Amino acid sequence: MSTNGMKKITIEPVTRVEGHGKVTILLDEQNQVKQARLHIVEFRGFERFVQGRPYWEVPVLVERLCGICPVSHHLAAAKAMDWIVGGENLTPTAEKMRRLMHYGQMFQSHALHFFHLCSPDLLFGFDADVAIRNVIGVAAKYPALAVQGVMMRKYGQELIKATAGKKIHGTGAIPGGINKNLSIAERDGFLKDLDQMVEWSRSALKIAKDYTVAHLDTLASFGSFESSHLSLVRADGAMDLYHGNLKAIDAEGNSIFDQVDYQNYLDYIREEVRPWSYMKFPFITSLGPEKGWYRVGPLARLNTCTFIDTPEAEAARKEFMALTDGKPNNITMAYHWARMIELLHSIEKIKALLHDADLQGTDLVTKGNRRDEAVGLIEAPRGTLFHHYRVNKNDQIVMANLIVSTTNNNEPMNRAVELVARQHLSGVKITEGLLNRVEVAIRAYDPCLSCATHALGKMPLEMEILDAEGNVLDRKAR
Amino acid sequence: MSEAAGTVLLIGYGNPGRLDDGLGPALADAVEAMALPGVTVDADYQLTVEDATAVAAHDVVIFADATVLRDRPFSFRRIDPKAGLRFSSHSVEPEAVLALARQLFNATTIGYVLAIRGHAFNEFGEYLSEPAQVDLARALQFLTPLLKSRAFDAAAEACDDGLAANDASMNEDEPWKMENT
Repeated sequence: MSTNGMKKITIEPVTRVEGHGKVTILLDEQNQVKQARLHIVEFRGFERFVQGRPYWEVPVLVERLCGICPVSHHLAAAKAMDWIVGGENLTPTAEKMRRLMHYGQMFQSHALHFFHLCSPDLLFGFDADVAIRNVIGVAAKYPALAVQGVMMRKYGQELIKATAGKKIHGTGAIPGGINKNLSIAERDGFLKDLDQMVEWSRSALKIAKDYTVAHLDTLASFGSFESSHLSLVRADGAMDLYHGNLKAIDAEGNSIFDQVDYQNYLDYIREEVRPWSYMKFPFITSLGPEKGWYRVGPLARLNTCTFIDTPEAEAARKEFMALTDGKPNNITMAYHWARMIELLHSIEKIKALLHDADLQGTDLVTKGNRRDEAVGLIEAPRGTLFHHYRVNKNDQIVMANLIVSTTNNNEPMNRAVELVARQHLSGVKITEGLLNRVEVAIRAYDPCLSCATHALGKMPLEMEILDAEGNVLDRKAR
Repeated sequence: MSEAAGTVLLIGYGNPGRLDDGLGPALADAVEAMALPGVTVDADYQLTVEDATAVAAHDVVIFADATVLRDRPFSFRRIDPKAGLRFSSHSVEPEAVLALARQLFNATTIGYVLAIRGHAFNEFGEYLSEPAQVDLARALQFLTPLLKSRAFDAAAEACDDGLAANDASMNEDEPWKMENT
């Protein structure tokens, strides 16, 4: 395939669960990178599938979207349905149970990403043989660390099970509330291992911080660029992963908007369709599609919040922000450090919640005036997740629009890939070094290309180089 | 048939909301309903690292999943522990779970994969396609006596030849329908 005499290099990963992504790198006649694109085949059928279904089924239905973060979809949809039933002011027990579910998910997801996906890159180096640069390699060389990752993931999963009711298709959050509280026995089970989880979280944060600081010379330019950042924040500016108002800042930290009620997100955020990608490109309306793209997720959340309301994570945030003199941190690889600050924040929140007697309350559901349109937002592990629904008089869904976290990071991931390609492509051959670094840059965002099916026999990572006529010049598969 | 000793963990995984991707959990549901002694059943969207802890606590683990490979209704094979190479997925392969169980918890668990042929994946819907239901039934018919006899290795060996022959009797136009049924 060629465009105006340019060569195209294709990197095509097809992975389990996360779906089908493809990187194409366009070269000019001098074999320099002209353009790089990350194509993600996002399954959009869900928004049609949900139409006609009663609104109260939606929080459970949406869990089918994703094997990675079903809890995020469950809670975002439940928050929208709270608004539909006029039950957005949850009872203390309902809100705290949902928060416990959410922090449990954040904890397990961040731990899994760090120990399973990120730590092999950090511990063995980007150029290490892929045969050892994986979680089994970590288990062999750093068994204590690998055990920590497994047990932290398990702890978070057990929290989800206790709050959502079950691992698959949990039903905990319902319109206007929650359908169970936390028993004393369940609480005591979690308290037993809590201190260990806090200690391991501190340790993981230290690894991420020390690595970033020690390799700052390299990492500062690796797939990095200035960008705007977007997330929910609390009314007082604090980080709040469950609920808040929308805030966006530019690369210098100047406010683009702040404390925007997310029910009105369409006044501030639009989605652009580009012909070469199934995945849309969201942008801040006032800045337009060219300049309005932004980052979401741990890095963005650290940049947008003015403080964190748990002491150890707040101390870590101050250290993190000091690296860039209080200005937004735009280093792509700093996502890992930010993610571990959120890991520690999540376990601090879990600790506070487990000691809160409201979790054993029995007032679980509230309702008010019925509405016919609602938006639910949540800060999912990978970033801001939007759910938007309209409901007819027969209680059926007639419109659904979802902007998932990875979609919000679509443009930044494309830019990161292009930068890495410019920095590391030599000739027209796919080198292991290039492949590794493209992977590392995308992985920093912890993308969840969630909407694909997953079954044995799907293809592994694949890269191709095509000449101007579309002939394959080079091909690598993993 | 007398019950064999040893504990067996069956993990059926996949997304039941994506049609035949739910074959693993569907198989797990069916086996759980049998309440077989010494058989623990679990189901999840995908395999992840913490599954290594449950695997390590059993003598045998059977990973049941849908497969996109179409050459037979199902296959059953023994697996060795090894690292899975992943790009950005949060899931791990059965071999990697087994390797983690061995590496981290000194487990000697023996692992098998039961891969059931899926026919429809690319829609949302919480049901199995008609041909997948047939293949699921055949997989269950194969697995149920095994969970009692525990003759897994012999079955894995026989599976290759036996099922290839089985396929020969299938109706080519409607491959889920057997000629003799």
